[in-house]
Amino acid sequence: MLTLEAVTIRQDDFLLRAALQIAAGTRVAVIGPSGAGKSTLLGAIAGFVALTQGRIIWANTDISAQSPALRPISVLFQDNNLFPHLSAFDNVALGLRPSLRLNKAERAQVKAALVRVGLEGYEARLPSQLSGGQQSRVALARVVLQGKPLVLLDEPFSALGPALKAEMLQLVADICSETGATLLMVTHDITDARAIADQTILVADGVAEGPFETAPLLENPPEALRAYLG
Amino acid sequence: MTRDPAQTARALVLLAGGGVAAWLVILNFGALAAVAWRAEGLSALRGADWAAVRFTLVQALLSAALSVLLAIPIARALARRRFFGRGALIMLMGAPFILPTLVAVLGLLAVFGRAGLINQGLEALGLARLNIFGLQGVVLAHVFYNLPLATRILLQGWAAIPAERFRLGATLGFGPRESFRQLEWPMLRDLVPGAFLVIFLICLTSFSVALTMGGGPRATTVELAIYQAFRFDFDMGRAAMLALVQFGLCAAAGVLAWRVSLPSGLGGGMDRPVQRFDTGALGLRLWDGALIVSGALFLLVPLSLVALRGLPHVAGLPVEVWQAAGRSLLVALGATGLTLAMTLALAHAVLAVGPGRGAVLEWLGLAALAASPLVIGTGLYLMIRPLANPRDFALVVTMLVNAGMALPFALRLILPGLRDVMASQGRLADSLGLHGWARLRIVTLPRLRRPLGFAAGLTAALSMGDLGVIMLFAEREGATLPMQLYRLMTAYRLDDAAGAALVLLGFSLALFWLFDKWGRRFADA
Repeated sequence: MLTLEAVTIRQDDFLLRAALQIAAGTRVAVIGPSGAGKSTLLGAIAGFVALTQGRIIWANTDISAQSPALRPISVLFQDNNLFPHLSAFDNVALGLRPSLRLNKAERAQVKAALVRVGLEGYEARLPSQLSGGQQSRVALARVVLQGKPLVLLDEPFSALGPALKAEMLQLVADICSETGATLLMVTHDITDARAIADQTILVADGVAEGPFETAPLLENPPEALRAYLG
Repeated sequence: MTRDPAQTARALVLLAGGGVAAWLVILNFGALAAVAWRAEGLSALRGADWAAVRFTLVQALLSAALSVLLAIPIARALARRRFFGRGALIMLMGAPFILPTLVAVLGLLAVFGRAGLINQGLEALGLARLNIFGLQGVVLAHVFYNLPLATRILLQGWAAIPAERFRLGATLGFGPRESFRQLEWPMLRDLVPGAFLVIFLICLTSFSVALTMGGGPRATTVELAIYQAFRFDFDMGRAAMLALVQFGLCAAAGVLAWRVSLPSGLGGGMDRPVQRFDTGALGLRLWDGALIVSGALFLLVPLSLVALRGLPHVAGLPVEVWQAAGRSLLVALGATGLTLAMTLALAHAVLAVGPGRGAVLEWLGLAALAASPLVIGTGLYLMIRPLANPRDFALVVTMLVNAGMALPFALRLILPGLRDVMASQGRLADSLGLHGWARLRIVTLPRLRRPLGFAAGLTAALSMGDLGVIMLFAEREGATLPMQLYRLMTAYRLDDAAGAALVLLGFSLALFWLFDKWGRRFADA
């Protein structure tokens, strides 16, 4: 269970409040108008945005004060998910050993993660030698390898075409099912929410509300969501 | 509970950055305090000292004004013409940065000196010889050095004018005059004050040019006067007073520089000539061509003469020259390592403490631009003297001062790069738990390879060719290569001097080239 307990984030004149509980193993979409604070909410959970008030609790542990790497979380950002000067193998291996000093068993684990996302034989490629979809797969291989119980997606596939994006989201959903990970994904596209997420959090007017069951929410949207959906 | 590694890494950054900041304060201000304290009473300045102050200001003003005024038409010609060798010429314009002063001086003497090309020509025509020593020589050498710098700074300005504006101008029927008024003049108005100030600052602390091109008491800079008071008269009180005056001059210029953003001329982006529609007239083309050719000759002829005259004498150089070269190499490599380490620590700290305090740290790193090496050297000499024989530390002090002098350039190259790496990949590195040494090795250093290589090359070449502090400290033995070269020059062993100058030039260029090349390898990945 991920709990946001009376969380307030204040940045200059921006204000976001959130009091949420997300059950372990669920897949949750985060939707809302631009600038409402979807990314800020994820950033706070991941540890990049400081809380003004409140606590974030995962599995009965307060993680609010932990630095990002110590939290039980894998994040995929909108861009810059790979280091451009490191090979696909090294980019994935960083998820296991930040020192990049791996033993034989660990090297096998990295290879297996690349196989899982369909990139067998691409170990030595630099990101610039991979297509956009393949770059996303490398980042996902690292998520697989990290095996953390919470996965946050801040629209990492928004530069991909619709078919490829759907394919990647399905891959994420499969990976999360295999490991039992909880997924939170920011999206602009309600078809993504429909396809992947059982539940949806709505961020609008300075408040993050939910999670709601996705299908009923989209069929009978409240005022704030209706304005956004148009 | 174990310590959070992110916190530990932050603490280390603050510690290292704080250490560097403290060292810079000691270097830039502590040395001055030592001078003032140890002087045991300041002696009043004599008439000759005030003449030195006047001369320093006049030569710096003239040098800066001439460099910038000449750079404007040359940069404009380079910006609007395409020709074979344009890229090479622009690269050559960066060379004076890494050119040892004495090599430049020897080259200028070969052209303008007593037995130089021009005087030979004048003599053949039965005309009077011209004398290069004095104000004219100092200004000439400074323009030789700084005209290329000013040209590069302004060329960046021209390259920064969007090509669309010139196209828009073409559709409105702009001729060269309208283009200048509407497009080029606003850019110049922004850039010229900064370029002028940078060159003024550089010339304010001129030591080795004044030492070699100045003519006696009528052409002495304050920096040179400090050396003379210290070394020949051993008048500590006067050296201290002059050091205070020099510090005041530099501080005043530094305060001005605080308000004007100083361009560095180090960046790239100058290799794209802008397509112009208003400059096709034959007269203009000839004019630009003449400017470019004279600019290139002004740079190339002196350097070629050094190479031509030196080459036959390299093989027969006395062994002391090679020993001095070895010492200089060690000093240069030490200064390079130190500069990079200090710059990285300081740059990390600047970004770690947030914008306000970060700006103070950054200013401290750039303050050495206005610092006087001779003041710092005098201060360090006086600090060491109660503890040990300062002469034993000649090379170490030279290395430390060189590292301090190169720091502003290195910081300007590396800080923006580090800022980019932090902005684009800092969150990813944080989320993966990349901290401390692993982060430096796996992320930061590889991403910064290019500016690091360039900064290392600059530092090594600057340090290799520096003739400054070492003159306060060193005895007959233990000289660096520039110092050895200076001795050969003053002993009129001109063949050996030409050979040694070529060796010095070779070492400086090779060091720069090797480091820069290292930085460029894989830099595109």
